Amino acid sequence: MDNSLSSTSIHAGHTPATGLILPWKTFARVLTRAASLAVCLVAWHYLATAHVDLGVVTFQNVPSPAQVLTAAWELLQSGKLVSHLAASLLRVLGGFAAAAVVGVALGLLLGRSRFAEDVLLPPLEVLRPIPAVAWIPLAILMFASSEVSMVFITFTGALFPILLNTIHGVEAVDPRLVASARSLGSKRISLFTEVILPAAAPSIFTGLAIGMGTAWFCLVTAEMIAGQYGIGYYTWASYTVQNYPDIVVGMLLIGLLGMSSSVLIRKLGKWLMPWDISERKSS
Amino acid sequence: MTHALKHAKQGNIDIRNLSIHLQQGKQMFEALHNVTLSVSPGEFVCLLGPSGCGKSTLLGTLAGHLQPTRGSITVDGQTLNGPHPERGLVFQQHTLFPWKKVIDNVAFGLKMKGVPKQQRQDKARELLALVGLAGFEQHYPAQLSGGMQQRVEIARVLINDPRVMLMDEPFGALDAQTRMMMQQLLLDVWDRVNTTILFITHDIDEALFLADRIIVMSPRPGRIIEEIRLDFDRPRQADLITSDHFMQLKRHCLDLLHPQDSAFPLRRLSPLGASPLKQSELTS
Ligand SMILES: Nc1ncnc2c1ncn2[C@@H]1O[C@H](COP(=O)(O)OP(=O)(O)OP(=O)(O)O)[C@@H](O)[C@H]1O
Ligand SMILES: [Mg+2]
Repeated sequence: MDNSLSSTSIHAGHTPATGLILPWKTFARVLTRAASLAVCLVAWHYLATAHVDLGVVTFQNVPSPAQVLTAAWELLQSGKLVSHLAASLLRVLGGFAAAAVVGVALGLLLGRSRFAEDVLLPPLEVLRPIPAVAWIPLAILMFASSEVSMVFITFTGALFPILLNTIHGVEAVDPRLVASARSLGSKRISLFTEVILPAAAPSIFTGLAIGMGTAWFCLVTAEMIAGQYGIGYYTWASYTVQNYPDIVVGMLLIGLLGMSSSVLIRKLGKWLMPWDISERKSS
Repeated sequence: MTHALKHAKQGNIDIRNLSIHLQQGKQMFEALHNVTLSVSPGEFVCLLGPSGCGKSTLLGTLAGHLQPTRGSITVDGQTLNGPHPERGLVFQQHTLFPWKKVIDNVAFGLKMKGVPKQQRQDKARELLALVGLAGFEQHYPAQLSGGMQQRVEIARVLINDPRVMLMDEPFGALDAQTRMMMQQLLLDVWDRVNTTILFITHDIDEALFLADRIIVMSPRPGRIIEEIRLDFDRPRQADLITSDHFMQLKRHCLDLLHPQDSAFPLRRLSPLGASPLKQSELTS
């Protein structure tokens, strides 16, 4: 059905790409995706309500979708949601913003200067393989407030993806492009702002999107250990007080927040880089 | 007599006993050997030579991006000191700023000089009209065809009123028809702006059609093995390339270049990447 429809409209030759074909195909794809989600939900509902026990893994204590929905509604009404969300968002924004500034600045420097590379790269190479989560104990000891230590963990988590992608982006700039710019009169600073930065921008934004993901990941872990508010704390606290539906509410919130902040970064990238066709195609 | 020579007063290139080595340490090799060449103001010179003979190296050095090992280069009596907008550089493709609209690409040189926005955009519009691209100001480079992109490149260099224009196979990536159109356009433009042009090409027809003089180089390390002066009348028409004299010269060039066909093929690299372009080396 779908096939015959699209082929006739192609042969008719009057329908441009935005005509009959595209909306129908898009609609079919949206339908497929929605169906996939629905199947997952139904499976979850069955496993939870039937209390399936497979030995290795048991669903006896797993709340059902309906229970989770109720718990989410109660959280929304209690007004606590806002304070948890605000706490997490502030920490993520703080850590991520700091990582973005430091990562991009350092990356530009390391990508262009031999000297900076020799001075800064060795310690960074040692620190890089240490997962941000492993910083938690030391961070708690180092920083006076647990608030700052959590922001620091987030920062550490986001820093390296941003830094490495920036370095990579800068080093990949075509030397002929740099030569052209210098032959047109670019000096040090203008070369950075007019050429290196925009040329590396797609790679930088990839780093920012990945960094945003790791920032959430690290924050949630840090909150479980050191927090008093925040989504991660809420999730862990729900477990300790045996409020099982709330655990899933927390998990879903984390997923939702991580996803929407990554989408936001990608949108921002597209808006700032209208020339970047590869970005446009891949989405 | 080439008429451009009549009014050009600057753009005299003087190269003496120039040798250039690329890479460092054990990998160092001689790319150019003892090149001496003098180009008059307003002259159109084509460099012809087998792949890897050091043409791009010579151009990159003239542009100020590479250092000579021996010998000297002066432009209008002045020793080179790094790149300068008066020595404009045009590459084969993909060296427009993809993030800038066409008009801002062309206006870039004036922006670097601190010219106010309105003024530089007016000038850029003028130059775009000169290369036949009026109306494409707001496009991004990726939205233009290869030939149009090369026109933007030319306009972007011309906005700086260069003494010399250094062109490294600027039409090498274009199809035959577009290439011929661009050659005509370049001659028209050159006629109006009176800049010296040093033009690298692999295409013997192209060199014969464009140049006042062709310099033929040997395989690496590049040396000048022959100079051919061309006195075809200007303005030149497309039918020139089928004339007898043209054919004779073409055969001669083929003979000069032919023996190298059997030579070991070298990787095509940009000498600008021969040393990692990091800031420590770049400061001029
Ligand atoms: N980045 C690089 N690293 C190592 N060797 C290089 C590099 N760039 C160029 N070379 C070598 O230097 C020599 C001169 O190169 P150059 O690019 O000047 O030659 P060319 O005459 O322009 O060649 P083509 O006609 O292929 O453009 C060549 O033999 C080339 O292999
Ligand atoms: Mg070359």
